[in-house]
Amino acid sequence: MDTLVEFLVSAAILVGGVFALIGSIGLARLPDFYLRLHGPTKATTLGVGGTIFASLLFFSWQEQGLRLQELLIVLFLFITAPVSAHMLAKAAMHRQLRHREDTRGRPWKQ
Amino acid sequence: MRRLLPFPMLSLLLWLSWLLLNGFSWGHGLLGLVLAVVLPLGTRPFWPNVPHLRNFPKLVRFVLVVHWDIITANVAVARLILRSPRKLRPAFVELPLDLEDDFAITLLTSTISLTPGTVSADVSEDHRTLLIHTLDMEDEAALVAQIKQRYERPLKEIFEC
Repeated sequence: MDTLVEFLVSAAILVGGVFALIGSIGLARLPDFYLRLHGPTKATTLGVGGTIFASLLFFSWQEQGLRLQELLIVLFLFITAPVSAHMLAKAAMHRQLRHREDTRGRPWKQ
Repeated sequence: MRRLLPFPMLSLLLWLSWLLLNGFSWGHGLLGLVLAVVLPLGTRPFWPNVPHLRNFPKLVRFVLVVHWDIITANVAVARLILRSPRKLRPAFVELPLDLEDDFAITLLTSTISLTPGTVSADVSEDHRTLLIHTLDMEDEAALVAQIKQRYERPLKEIFEC
């Protein structure tokens, strides 16, 4: 049983780590601000999700009881991440940052 | 009862958060209860119109659907990022809103931002249109229809008649 839990925890950490890494790669190589905005709000949700799931599993197992504190992290992240992304996008439009030439549609004037 | 607990769901959420933060015990249960009553009363002025939850089972369903979408879409976006960025087809899309309740609109914009591939960038002054930036869009009409059908309609049913 111990091995099984260990296996699950490791898998969850790996999945979380991979998605966090991909999110950061996106941040580094996407061409304009609006595209880069997708990195931190996105791939990281699953990155943090995986890590939190692993932590939840590990501590519940070790202390022989359900530990759900980690769920609060998810809750707060889900409340704050979209708001910060929204503010960043608004700020970008206000400063009229350039976007990739082939972007369809136009940002609004602020 | 309504005067003591103007927002029962908020109170419940506060109480549960307090217990999760501090561990389950009688003492913290009581303290959390006091906070769950006092905090909503104190923040009342920040809620100009009280959102009314009309359909709780639908809300649970909506939360599950959103979580599922976050997982599947994360994989899709990861693939997009690892491909050549040149192949991306970014776009700004205007989404006409059917929702009228401000709180429901906030939930919709947050959902759009959380589900990968789309970020809600702005809401028009009159709260009738939403500006969305997408990472990779095939067809504008399809995207708008999908968001409307998958997220906006359930939210409308949850918070408005």
